[in-house]
Amino acid sequence: MFKRFTTRVWEGRWGYVFIAPAMIPFAIFTAYPLVQGLLLSFYKAGVNRDKWAYIGLKNYTNLLTRDPVFPTAIKNTFLFVLGVVPAAMIICLFVAVLIYPLSQRKQTFFRAAFYMPVVSAGVVLAMVWVYIYSQEYGLLNYIFESLGLLKLLNAGEKIGWLAQTNTALLSLAIVVLSWSLGQPLILFLAGLGAIPEPLYDAAKIDGASSWQAFWKITLPLLRPTMLFVLVVLTIAVFQVFVVVQLMTLGGPANATQTIVYRIWVTGIVGSKFGYGSAMAVILLSIVSVVAIVQFKLLDRQLT
Amino acid sequence: MTGTTFESSAGLMPGDHILRRRYRVGRWLRYLALAIIVALAIILLIPILWMLLGSFKIQRVALAYPPELIPSNPVMDNWERLLIDRPSIRWLLNSFCVAGGIALFGVITSTCAGYAFGKKQFPGRTIFFWLILMTMMLPRQIYIIPLFVLMRSLGWFNSYQGMIAPYIVYPFGIFLMRQYMQSIPDELLEAAKMDGASEFQLFRHIIIPLSRPAIGAIAIFAFMAGWNDYLWQLVMATDELWLTLPVGVAKLTASGVGSIDIGVGMAGATFAFIPMLLIFLLFQNYFIKGITVGALKG
Repeated sequence: MFKRFTTRVWEGRWGYVFIAPAMIPFAIFTAYPLVQGLLLSFYKAGVNRDKWAYIGLKNYTNLLTRDPVFPTAIKNTFLFVLGVVPAAMIICLFVAVLIYPLSQRKQTFFRAAFYMPVVSAGVVLAMVWVYIYSQEYGLLNYIFESLGLLKLLNAGEKIGWLAQTNTALLSLAIVVLSWSLGQPLILFLAGLGAIPEPLYDAAKIDGASSWQAFWKITLPLLRPTMLFVLVVLTIAVFQVFVVVQLMTLGGPANATQTIVYRIWVTGIVGSKFGYGSAMAVILLSIVSVVAIVQFKLLDRQLT
Repeated sequence: MTGTTFESSAGLMPGDHILRRRYRVGRWLRYLALAIIVALAIILLIPILWMLLGSFKIQRVALAYPPELIPSNPVMDNWERLLIDRPSIRWLLNSFCVAGGIALFGVITSTCAGYAFGKKQFPGRTIFFWLILMTMMLPRQIYIIPLFVLMRSLGWFNSYQGMIAPYIVYPFGIFLMRQYMQSIPDELLEAAKMDGASEFQLFRHIIIPLSRPAIGAIAIFAFMAGWNDYLWQLVMATDELWLTLPVGVAKLTASGVGSIDIGVGMAGATFAFIPMLLIFLLFQNYFIKGITVGALKG
């Protein structure tokens, strides 16, 4: 028997009462701005609201064909993701598998060490790394010099890590990588703990090598965790901003411009609300497509 | 009885299984691998140590090359200038109010909505939940401009409400709380209803006490998210007195390029780091539970 809709609504009234504290602010501060951002992207909109004017897709065509910086920002953002995400996944998997058999105390030390950069926040690390990367008095050049690496790389000249176009992006990526390890590591450790031990015992009895056990048991059973980590990490790295704003301001020669940095510079600092919103919509499209592709790819492998 | 449901998921935690050997790997290979990991851990900790040391260096020492690994003549000048000449205590207070507000609202909205999504039947439940879940996956930067425009018309720059409002709803918290609610047996709620408990009594006396571990995890994660929400606070605070600690500290060295007063910058960075470090050390287990529960059961 189908109850009438109104009856079901009335019977579920307490549900609405309890979601109201979340849904009302959600509507005002999330849903409404999201829709407005989409609309704004079709407008020429600046500080003066009276002068906002509908211009169709012009913001988008300008962004992709005329903007001198934005295509570079897209490229750099992808380079960040393509560099940091796989590196973080591989490092965390390696570390997790190795520290999993250790005693609780040792594990806690490693977990804390890898989680420390997550706790310390982007701003703090960005500021320290500027100091470490400095050409004249930086710790990194000193370490490289002491190890004889400077001679090997650069004929003994000290390297301006953030000032050279060929090292700046990599230098920032390493900082982002350093705070991208903590959460995946904890997740992988938990994932490893969820794999039933008898599987490994059975594999041993059947004479499987350790290598086979890793590829045939650990990796497949860890795949749901890996999917989660992959998606969350990718979305996080797409938002890279702090390192750019505090360490390079997008330079040298636009080598470290990223999408979110452009959104901030153009949309907020430059008050070009329409143009900046178009950038945001492009970022949204990219992130959505990438997340969906990742889900599909890994889901197919699962079945 | 309290927390048993949550504890069972924590049974997946690493370290409960001490010294298990899943792979037979040669001893030297294992030592080599462990050495690499120790090196990695040290590399991750060096910047934090370098920051702490840098905060005690006067400018001349900070700019010395080769660098003085341990400052030969440690000074407190930087800390004095940070704590006395700058409104850094106010920044700390601002950060605590903003992050605390975000945590408080996050807990309230997550618990209420998580309860409704996990335990109540009502038309539209799935749609509403998916709407919230989708925004959990969205970078907030996507609607930062319209949000900025909204705040401008509300006149909420340089205010706590402006920095807190966009975070009243904490999607991850709602998600985590819904997962958690599903582990609370329905019979318990039915029994309380039989005894004549009203909806609010049920929520107050059964749901809230039972979900305390999840509330703890949400509070800490929301607090950390609020504390580290640099971009939005940078946008919202224009007056020096309204800066939050990370934003204020970042402005100490002005633009990152160039060599402006390193010692004060490092003291500021250390000062911004310490509160989160303390919170992490105090609530380590909540961090780990929060991270793993959200992922594994989802």
